[in-house]
Amino acid sequence: MAELDLKDIIAEENVVYKKTKVLTDKPMHYCPGCGHSTLHRIIAEVIEEMGIQEKTIGIAPVGCAVFMYDYIDVDSQEAAHGRAPALATAIKRLLPDRYVFTYQGDGDLAAIGTAETIHACNRGENITMFFVNNGIYGMTGGQMAPTTLEGMRTSTTPYGRDYHLMGHPIKMTDLVAQLPGTYYVTRQAVHTPNYVRKTKKAVRKAFEYQALGKGVSFVEVVSNCNSGWKMPPVQAVKWLDENMLPYYPLGDIKVPQD
Amino acid sequence: MAKVKGAIVVDTERCKGCELCVISCPTQVIAMSRKVNSKGYHYAYMENPDACNGCTNCAIVCPDGVITVYRKKIVTTEI
Repeated sequence: MAELDLKDIIAEENVVYKKTKVLTDKPMHYCPGCGHSTLHRIIAEVIEEMGIQEKTIGIAPVGCAVFMYDYIDVDSQEAAHGRAPALATAIKRLLPDRYVFTYQGDGDLAAIGTAETIHACNRGENITMFFVNNGIYGMTGGQMAPTTLEGMRTSTTPYGRDYHLMGHPIKMTDLVAQLPGTYYVTRQAVHTPNYVRKTKKAVRKAFEYQALGKGVSFVEVVSNCNSGWKMPPVQAVKWLDENMLPYYPLGDIKVPQD
Repeated sequence: MAKVKGAIVVDTERCKGCELCVISCPTQVIAMSRKVNSKGYHYAYMENPDACNGCTNCAIVCPDGVITVYRKKIVTTEI
């Protein structure tokens, strides 16, 4: 067999994977190995596959993902800190034929925006919510978040989180699954190829269920924060596997019955 | 017998050198270059191109989407 040259393989007709056009060419500002960029890419790929780029409106949060509108090439709106579900409610009610999604971190959704999150889920707004949970306030320098694990060291808990003083980590996804307004609630991760494939399916379902108009689709993504955790990406992924996943088990929490 | 050969192309200027592709490659094709790009990151490259089968694991785990994957089926007539 004649050895095949690389030039023969690298040709336009042999492409099996390339960056989607819904992502802009602007380099993302996230740290190396950050789960935010992976989720941005997954959302952009799903939007491209479903052909809804012109009909999608994204709500950017305050936090690391504040410049989401620079990277995903869809109509976007920036919300005040934690108020993305309130803004999404307004946009969806005014433009009911659009696909509206919010993209929030744990400081935005689980801390300052708890009221907006709970009430938007309780009202059963027809929106999709993406919740990136990395257990820390990444952008402001790695302070303790409500989702920080017990015993985890952060810049405001240098001896580890103590539940006598700071309480227990909050499981937002399990909380909103109890509310009758949510239609689809799931928890996923993006640090290995397998989890990325599963997350992509979940993101697609979350968009498809929005078209049915039956309530909130809520996707939590357990992610890593290499800079906040003070670890190299490969080590952070391992730490996530060993520590985050036992407390935040992956899988669907609420699936549509009918 | 048909054989599948793959190849990847890395956008070296956008690569941030997080090495997630290196640990997710099932055939140990990828390694980090000794050279750096203009931002100072060691970028990923194909160290062992013969082993690549174009499974796209590296590309779908890459946070910044810098990897393009190519795959070609080669049909050999020899026994």
